[in-house]
Amino acid sequence: MHNATRSFAAGALLFFALWAGARAEIMSGDNPEASPVWQKVRASLFQSRPISTASDDVMSFEVPLRAEDAAIVPIAIKTRFPQTPTRYVQKVYVIIDNNPSPISAIFQFTELSGRADIETRVRIDEYTHIRAIAETNDGQLHMVTRFLKAAGGCSAPPGKDAQAALATLGRMKFRVEGDAAGAPAGVSASKAPGNQPLLAQLMISHPNNSGLAMDQVSRLFTPAHFVRQVRVTYGGQLVMSADVDFSISENPNFRFYFLPRGDGELRAEVVDSNDLRFESSLNYRRFD
Amino acid sequence: MAQVRPGVFVHVGALEDWAPADGGDVANLGFIVGSRCVAVVDTGGTPGVGQALLAAIERTTPLPVCYVINTHAHPDHVLGNVAFTDVTLPTPRFVASAAFARTLGAREPYYLNALRRDFGIPASAATIVYPTIGVAKTLDLDLGDRILSLRAWPTAHTDNDLTVLDLRTRTLFASDLLFVQHLPVLDGSLRGWMAVMADLRRLDVATVVPGHGPASNDWPAVMDAQAAYLGGLLRDTRAAIKSQLTIQQAIERIGVPPGTTWVLTDRFHRRNVTAAFAELEWEDDVPVPPAAPPSAGSSGLGSRGGSG
Repeated sequence: MHNATRSFAAGALLFFALWAGARAEIMSGDNPEASPVWQKVRASLFQSRPISTASDDVMSFEVPLRAEDAAIVPIAIKTRFPQTPTRYVQKVYVIIDNNPSPISAIFQFTELSGRADIETRVRIDEYTHIRAIAETNDGQLHMVTRFLKAAGGCSAPPGKDAQAALATLGRMKFRVEGDAAGAPAGVSASKAPGNQPLLAQLMISHPNNSGLAMDQVSRLFTPAHFVRQVRVTYGGQLVMSADVDFSISENPNFRFYFLPRGDGELRAEVVDSNDLRFESSLNYRRFD
Repeated sequence: MAQVRPGVFVHVGALEDWAPADGGDVANLGFIVGSRCVAVVDTGGTPGVGQALLAAIERTTPLPVCYVINTHAHPDHVLGNVAFTDVTLPTPRFVASAAFARTLGAREPYYLNALRRDFGIPASAATIVYPTIGVAKTLDLDLGDRILSLRAWPTAHTDNDLTVLDLRTRTLFASDLLFVQHLPVLDGSLRGWMAVMADLRRLDVATVVPGHGPASNDWPAVMDAQAAYLGGLLRDTRAAIKSQLTIQQAIERIGVPPGTTWVLTDRFHRRNVTAAFAELEWEDDVPVPPAAPPSAGSSGLGSRGGSG
């Protein structure tokens, strides 16, 4: 995990320098392998390991054709097989070629994830290829590449209300989908069978500033301030972790699965780039 | 340019998105002539549109431009500012909401990129002209026998909306707080916009110039269609969130109202649902009472702290 964090940070720094070049280039939508940013990212993260095009029975990657709002583009990665001890997805990478920091997210899953699915929202700076790469426990890499048109008009990746975003920084909302009515206060409960993965949603109020915008009043760059890591455990065991950066939208939002083995505490720990730490937890109980 | 009231001139932009097809000339622009000087309200979506506006002013009056007012930091309203910095002219003061500069600063790289990429205009940082006067709440400008009353609003269409009221003719430049015919576009706060509309209705206005669409003397009824659309967006998005739809499902399912006469719904409605959802999904964040058990951390008790 620590290694992953370090390599992620190094990658972000490395590719920050490529930003200006990438922005000047308008991707045509064809030949995604030729993207120079992707070739650098590929060499950095995967060296010369083979990467296959993910078939439909491995993974789907849901991305709109066009960014309607450049600041909030919903994406969903859905893997097509259950997490079992013998075969599971251990990492999912999200690469956005023409964003300032292309390595946008590295998600880690375990057997206790139940499913290695993730939904989140990203910023889109420019016409770009966007890639989801799943790494299975046997080291195989499977990729889906989509082309995303940038938003037009007045839409832009920064948030809509900088002051409001700061005022609520660190607030979190955490829930399990399909909560059964009548559960005791403070307990998240469902009637789902105990061996079925359950969907959880974590929302973090955070401006997720890129640090790339100059404040025209102070003539200083607004410092980068973004959520960099999320760790979710159930009963103390890792369910999902995410190394992320400011390609994730303001107020980061993650939807993912966990496998409830008996009643337990679902806990999220969030660390941002200023080393602020935020925690949220809920007690999950099967409810008959 | 049309003179909608004595000394109040308006150019109505095309009912289109900010794009090269219309030369970026899609926002309403105007100018108001006093006995001493002229105030400009918004300058257009490219430096060229600003030049055309300046030429129209020079054809109308020999008086100098003393104020250039920007109603909010969207490209179709501000990128003509640079036309008013010509060294051969007396330099006007540039006026906008106090929140304008921060927002335009964050978006400047994207707007410059779009100018270059989509319009083929060789834009640089000098193309973006920032205000020299920021309005925190209200400000009166005197054009000579003519007072303009400027008011900055809480976050609504954007976080830096500013209206201009000509007291002599009771003409309100409503900025993009009012859309007519052109589907309203949400880039601030839906709840904030609903609240601001309620306040706007109380203003004594004879003629209103919306940010997009034709001017009207039918105030405040001209705002009813926008209030109905935004009210429906609020209601439908809240319902989607309550039934635990994802943002993508909400975008796919919340359609425009049947029989709508808005234009540009294909371009902006899905975007509006996106922004509304991201705002409203936080609103049921009810603080947990102190008596609640420690296990209630899911309801917003997330602890906050720093480790330096």
